[in-house]
Amino acid sequence: MNTDALILMLSSISIITCITGYFFYKVLTTKKKSEPDSYSEND
Amino acid sequence: MIKKQSEGWGTRVGLVLAMAGNAVGLGNFLRFPVQAIQNGGGAFIIPYLVCFLLMGLPLLMIEWTIGRYGGEKGNHSAPFMMDRMGKKRIWKYIGVFGIFSNIGIAAYYCFIESWTLAYIFHSVIGSFTGMTQTEVVAMFNSFVSLGETTLIPLEALLFFLICLTINVYILSKGLSGGVEKVAKIAVPLLILFGLFLAIKSVTLKAGSEGANFDGILGLNFLWTPTFDTISNPKVWLNAAGQVFFTLSVGMGSIQCYASYVKKKDDIALNSMSAGWMNEFVEVVIGAAIIIPLAVGYFGIDGVQQLAELGGLSIGFKTLPFLFNQWGSFLATISGIFWFGLLFFAGITSSLAMGMPVMSFLKDEFNWSRKKSAWTFGAIILVLGLPTVFFYNFGVFDEYDYWTGTFSLFLFAMLETILFAWVFKAENGWKEYTHGADFKIPKVYKYIIKYITPVLLIIVFVASTIKPINNDWKGEFNNLINGNGWSLDNTSVIKQALNIGLREQLENTTDPVLREELEQKILYTDGAKILLLLTFIGVVYLVRIASNKRKREGRYKNEH
Repeated sequence: MNTDALILMLSSISIITCITGYFFYKVLTTKKKSEPDSYSEND
Repeated sequence: MIKKQSEGWGTRVGLVLAMAGNAVGLGNFLRFPVQAIQNGGGAFIIPYLVCFLLMGLPLLMIEWTIGRYGGEKGNHSAPFMMDRMGKKRIWKYIGVFGIFSNIGIAAYYCFIESWTLAYIFHSVIGSFTGMTQTEVVAMFNSFVSLGETTLIPLEALLFFLICLTINVYILSKGLSGGVEKVAKIAVPLLILFGLFLAIKSVTLKAGSEGANFDGILGLNFLWTPTFDTISNPKVWLNAAGQVFFTLSVGMGSIQCYASYVKKKDDIALNSMSAGWMNEFVEVVIGAAIIIPLAVGYFGIDGVQQLAELGGLSIGFKTLPFLFNQWGSFLATISGIFWFGLLFFAGITSSLAMGMPVMSFLKDEFNWSRKKSAWTFGAIILVLGLPTVFFYNFGVFDEYDYWTGTFSLFLFAMLETILFAWVFKAENGWKEYTHGADFKIPKVYKYIIKYITPVLLIIVFVASTIKPINNDWKGEFNNLINGNGWSLDNTSVIKQALNIGLREQLENTTDPVLREELEQKILYTDGAKILLLLTFIGVVYLVRIASNKRKREGRYKNEH
């Protein structure tokens, strides 16, 4: 691959993958609020 | 004891996956890579990401907020969510688009979804084994023309009915019992299938498995930037269009899903997570499948020609032939994975189209979940059958234009203006950040207020006055030189009047071609009338629902 393409591809892929991973990790690990929430499993 | 909601999400992950599944559709794998190579290769990612940050993410914030805010008072469909945001009753009629678009899109989208189901079946039974490229193309053409591709008569119709029944059955099970369960299986699986195919495509080596070039050459082709394209307005509009379609905004489905989230629960982190997950599937996985694979066998020139025919053509007319080159076992597995991932991408989106319609019927007419789901199925059957029977006469494309493009742009533009300037961006921002598990940069409040509405107005106006051959630069020059502005046949006015087909008819003397064009004009005009009647029907139902609310005194409790 030529350098321009490689730089653009790797930077785009790594930025998007890191942000996606970060947000999804936060969704998985953020503690549930103590009050009842929207999710019926907790009712 | 806590009062149970009649409908709700089972888990937070389920909600995020369902929202991501709603956004991830066939376009992530078939439209994005083709758009990229036609609009500057790697340089396309720059306008694409700018549009995502300035238009896509704000629209997600707006739609999640409208949804949760509407849901607080038990409104789960766009008309009465919109109604709650402004004092003027007219806003609920803007929300009509949030039901109409879903019906219109589902009608043709279920048909494409059914192709994927049929092609999984054909991959399993080995229909493509030993076929030449021409035979694969002929099989597809025969399939969509309701010809006999296998022993099953009217196969496309049969798979459309099966696909629609699956959708309705899942919808009848509700959010947590149906939609969420499917999303939890479908989204991880489609990512897994996509990763397998992406790795296989990119690692393709010239000389092995019948390939003429390395798959990596395709990646190089797709990502090599042509930076001078960035100054072309066409590229920016195409990037904005791609962001728009990929996120499934302007439909009313995000608002509907979000309306089942309680006020104190987060929507900031959830919306970001779902939105970026869609980007991951599109840019990281979607870009690495069809182009590297096709370049491996046809070279760059061949793929440029294929790209002119669109992603659907590569996906259905080319890939089954290419998989064949990998031997029967891998061909079967790859066929199942490819059409399986398209099916999962499709069904998670089509389910999201059903929910706003069902919610409207349940909220306003107290219908049961089952009754609403089967009614939705019946509507889609009536509207979808013309796309099945008259696919080759342009009915499918007509639906796509008016419901899948025009209505989306219009609705997104109007809801953003309503949110930013009538409901006020300040109030909207408070609503969005309420209960947030993640701190969103405050600059987005100003982006929502000033930048996103302007961008959406530009995108909408641009779609209505699209210049001939999408040549913005050339047409601006013509305008400056006093030569006027020539509209493209896909601009709103010309599309409405069927100018393109009529011009073709005028310029044709061949009687066979003339008859074909006359039929096309007849069927596409018929499709327009059908869609118009559907729109009027939804307006009428919203009117009835509004009067019913007045009688029951429900408005008093909302404002």
